[in-house]
Amino acid sequence: MAQIKAVTRLSKNVYRLTVAAPEIAAKHQPGQFIILRLDKNGERIPLTIADKDTAAGTIDLIVQAVGKTTHQLVSLKAGEDILDLAGPLGLPTRIEKLGTVVMLGGGVGTAPLYPIAKGFQQAGNKIITILGARNKDLLVLPEEFAALSDELLLMTDDGSLGEKGLVTHALQKLIDQKIEIKKVVAIGPLIMMKFVAELTRKYKIPTVVSLNSLMIDGTGMCGGCRVRVGAETKFTCVHGPEFDGHLVDFDALLKRANTYKTAEKDSLNKYLEASP
Amino acid sequence: MAEKTVRQKKPEQTPQTRRTNFLEVAGNYSPEQARLEAGRCLQCKNPVCVSGCPVGVKIPQFIQQIKDGALARAYEIIRADNYLPAVCGRVCPQETQCEGRCVLGKKGEPVAVGNLERFAADWAALPHNAATPCRDAACSVSTGAADAAPQSAAKIAVVGSGPSGLTCAAELNAAGFDVTVFEALHELGGVLAYGIPEFRLPKEIVRREIKSLSAAGVRFETNAVIGKIQTIADLLQNFAAVYIASGAGFPSFMNIAGEDLNGVYSANEYLTRLNLMKAYQPGADTPILKGQNVAVIGGGNVALDAARSALRLGAAQVYLIYRRSRAEMPARREEILHAEEEGLRFLFLHNPLRYLGDEKGFVQKALLQKMTLGEPDASGRRRPVPELGSEYELAVDTVIVAVGTQANPIIKDTTPDLPTDKRGYIIIDENGRTAKKGVWAGGDIASGAATVILAMGAGKRAARSIASTLTI
Repeated sequence: MAQIKAVTRLSKNVYRLTVAAPEIAAKHQPGQFIILRLDKNGERIPLTIADKDTAAGTIDLIVQAVGKTTHQLVSLKAGEDILDLAGPLGLPTRIEKLGTVVMLGGGVGTAPLYPIAKGFQQAGNKIITILGARNKDLLVLPEEFAALSDELLLMTDDGSLGEKGLVTHALQKLIDQKIEIKKVVAIGPLIMMKFVAELTRKYKIPTVVSLNSLMIDGTGMCGGCRVRVGAETKFTCVHGPEFDGHLVDFDALLKRANTYKTAEKDSLNKYLEASP
Repeated sequence: MAEKTVRQKKPEQTPQTRRTNFLEVAGNYSPEQARLEAGRCLQCKNPVCVSGCPVGVKIPQFIQQIKDGALARAYEIIRADNYLPAVCGRVCPQETQCEGRCVLGKKGEPVAVGNLERFAADWAALPHNAATPCRDAACSVSTGAADAAPQSAAKIAVVGSGPSGLTCAAELNAAGFDVTVFEALHELGGVLAYGIPEFRLPKEIVRREIKSLSAAGVRFETNAVIGKIQTIADLLQNFAAVYIASGAGFPSFMNIAGEDLNGVYSANEYLTRLNLMKAYQPGADTPILKGQNVAVIGGGNVALDAARSALRLGAAQVYLIYRRSRAEMPARREEILHAEEEGLRFLFLHNPLRYLGDEKGFVQKALLQKMTLGEPDASGRRRPVPELGSEYELAVDTVIVAVGTQANPIIKDTTPDLPTDKRGYIIIDENGRTAKKGVWAGGDIASGAATVILAMGAGKRAARSIASTLTI
């Protein structure tokens, strides 16, 4: 059991949860995630660790309410418990000093980017961050990124904050400015990571993506999170979640993400009906 | 006179009924049946059945007690060698172990050792029977009633709560050590919890057996992925010895085209969704695809468990696709018969070449190839050889791949000084000792995927080796 210490609403459907997990906080490295289960009938879902406070023994999760379990999770109050919490899982990000590194975050997917950006910044890199979202309410952690980035570019689909357009537009501009980009780290919706990878492939910029595959156990025993990376089948939970964006088969992943669409919709509707 | 009695059959749900539920297929012997079956045992002076049991249960002795009606004593005799008798009586492949050696089997049917073991274990668990190891409401796993070990006892860490870890933990606890079992999942039992379905092994029985270990003083920590939350090196800071029994749960795929299509599962995923996450129950949040035409690839117990689960989820047709013939199937004989009665369609000497999907990425067809049996290979089994030009398509909407598992890399990758073989299995000596000081290993993570009882035997050997090395 893990107790929720604080819940902060960041925007309409996005919440920040601070959870007591001293052992996980002590061991966590950027790029890693947890699996949680809310109650006896609950499913196991993966969530990336957005931040931690080792002294307080807490980790932060940033959650967008999209389906039954995430709606239920963000409805919890400080003092309530999460039944099962396992982690930190997955391989940590390889952080090294390279020069200029571009951090690209899309929507709520931006949350896991934060500890990674912090890691690269502390390793002495120049950080350019591009954050994108459908509108300004869905931009996650802009102040936090502003504090650690040498440059911060905000993009919204509707132009409600920053520039109107996609993160790839901002990235293309940087490339056109002949900035020597040593690495791109992109985390967000699959479709965004796919287009970032397609862009950087043309310019041979090494690109790391963090995949948000379907998962059950998160420990490598089922292969539900498998993905084609180059010629190999990899398990996101054990070999990832980060992979070379130029080798990932995004099209297969995009289809796979729809496997349980009907069941997910039914489950959410039932939940929303039962809890006004 | 005794041998003239026929082997007693357990009561069973009819195939028509059991196809519609996940309840246990086979019921228990009545006391009268158990007494009659026990009476068939010849009480051999040199019992070969015992040599067929990987943990050496004193078979004639416990059977004699059942015959005499001393059920508490029968249970005690079994428990001295086997900490999970209600499990083993149900899932051991007795035909290749104890019952396979029974002298009665030479001319007729062997004594039903497994059924009798189960009978004694189930009897002992009934609330009014004194031999029950845990009738106390306070002895729940979550509260970890862990006061049995003396303060000064050496601390031992066991990684994994499957059959091997549980046996090692139980043995060391009984020897007076202070044992903590670390489990990665939220539920204890390893393959007993996530792999073997309710209709073969009710989870209530697994919980019961684990509760009795908890009551005896073994500590359990769930949601603890060793290699992540603590490495083996971390554990050695706080524990005098570590036993790694993390299993071989990493599923293999065949690496053929279309294995990434929606509706293609590893058997581990399919069974985990059902058994651990209860996806078959209304109200469970974990979804599962309920296919109408299901293909299961493989011929072992895992393949049969997946196939019979798919039938129970309401599939119209379930095909078991196996590249060899019935004679080579490694599955338990009783389960093959049960599956056949339930309407499973066997496609022997068949192998999938690829899967084809629709535009949305859901599997639609399997391209199959027929095989013939050639010369025996290194394993002694006749090698399946493709029959050229025999390819044909089978309409399927779910595929479950049950072609085996491999070693999980998490512990190996985070313990660089722990020698493993080229397939990632931990290298041990005959006592379960690894080359790393203070570390033992056993079960599937050392041997590769095998049976529950072999994993238990390994746990027992390692426990004895650990106990003889450490002073309490």
